[in-house]
Amino acid sequence: MANGNPTLPALLGPVQSAGQCLLFLLRMLAGIRPRLDLIQSTLQQTYLIGARSLVIIMICGFFVGMVLSLQAINALEQFGASDQVSLLVGKSLFRELGPVLTALLFAGRAGTSITAEIGLMRATSQIDAMQLMAIDPVQRVALPRFLAGLISVPLLTAMFNALAILGSVIFAVGVAGLDGGIFWTKLQTGVYFGKDFIGGVWKSLVFGGIVSLIAVYFGYTSKPTGAGVGTATTNTVVLSSVLILIFDFILTSFFV
Amino acid sequence: MRANYKVELASGIFLLLGIAALVWLATRATDYGQDIGKDTYTISARFSNIGDLRDRSPVKIGGVTVGLVESIELDTVSFEAIVNMSIARQFNEIPTDTGASILTSGVLGDRYVGLEPGGAPDFLADGDELFITQSALVLEQVIGKYLFNAGDGNKSQDKESE
Repeated sequence: MANGNPTLPALLGPVQSAGQCLLFLLRMLAGIRPRLDLIQSTLQQTYLIGARSLVIIMICGFFVGMVLSLQAINALEQFGASDQVSLLVGKSLFRELGPVLTALLFAGRAGTSITAEIGLMRATSQIDAMQLMAIDPVQRVALPRFLAGLISVPLLTAMFNALAILGSVIFAVGVAGLDGGIFWTKLQTGVYFGKDFIGGVWKSLVFGGIVSLIAVYFGYTSKPTGAGVGTATTNTVVLSSVLILIFDFILTSFFV
Repeated sequence: MRANYKVELASGIFLLLGIAALVWLATRATDYGQDIGKDTYTISARFSNIGDLRDRSPVKIGGVTVGLVESIELDTVSFEAIVNMSIARQFNEIPTDTGASILTSGVLGDRYVGLEPGGAPDFLADGDELFITQSALVLEQVIGKYLFNAGDGNKSQDKESE
């Protein structure tokens, strides 16, 4: 690849890794069979990266809901429109904050651990050992983690949103003294199931795929050294955060 | 297998919790299930201006929601807006001389169709059209008219009555 022009490889590097990443995804997807051991290991990974992320997601969601309604009430009070707070909280949560914040938290909480785990397996030659035993490490190690991430992120987003709505109710009704009936009615008439809710679910599914793919890919391709695993983990967080925000804009402007 | 059992149970609980949250959000925090049911009949009305009435805006009698706006189209000949509304079957005794007007809930609220029941002995059926309609009040036009009237005295009032 390194011929003559020194800027060309530097430009082609990211393109090449993107292509590698895509091929890696195809290689994983090509091996999906409804086998019992795949289902079992996917479930186990769902527990490790999904269920174990639940507490942090719930706490964050709760406080995001509280602070959202606090700020919204402050701003809406100036127009005497503080009754609309649930509409603002609901729409911004379902469409943007829920999927994006959950995916960012998931990248920090679970993406890193996936990369570090697979990277360490690479560093301690466990992946090479699997290949020697004619076990495909992509199917055995990468695929269950990818699928578990894909399943977990939409569900975690739902939990995040639910707790945020709860936090918003507690603040708006309990602390700020708004009427509970109006809060729920505004939510049920103003937030659209098709546009807002389903749009958010699609987004979170895409984000789940992005974060898990990047985490698995960087772990699998990390250099088999301590520093290599560290770099791979950092890259996972940085790249998935950037891609989440970029794809958020793309998805919002073209599809939702 | 014993250790695995716990893990699988925990992830099963996680899946159930997540799905429960999805269902709860969908039914409690969105307009899903706010439908008026499957058992409906459709009536239509023509307006010269519908303001910012939209699909799924409520149709109300005396402030109570009895139906939803199903679709809005434009008559390509007379350039009037045709609003199709689906009314829940339980309200099947609306007189045929009912009037429809497009109103606003609150000063900045959403538009809705308000029905004013008349006194005719016959009731509206599927596919009927309402003939007594009143268009949406567009704030700019109202203000414009007011200014115009104030400056022009009686002359403009004559124009109005034409």
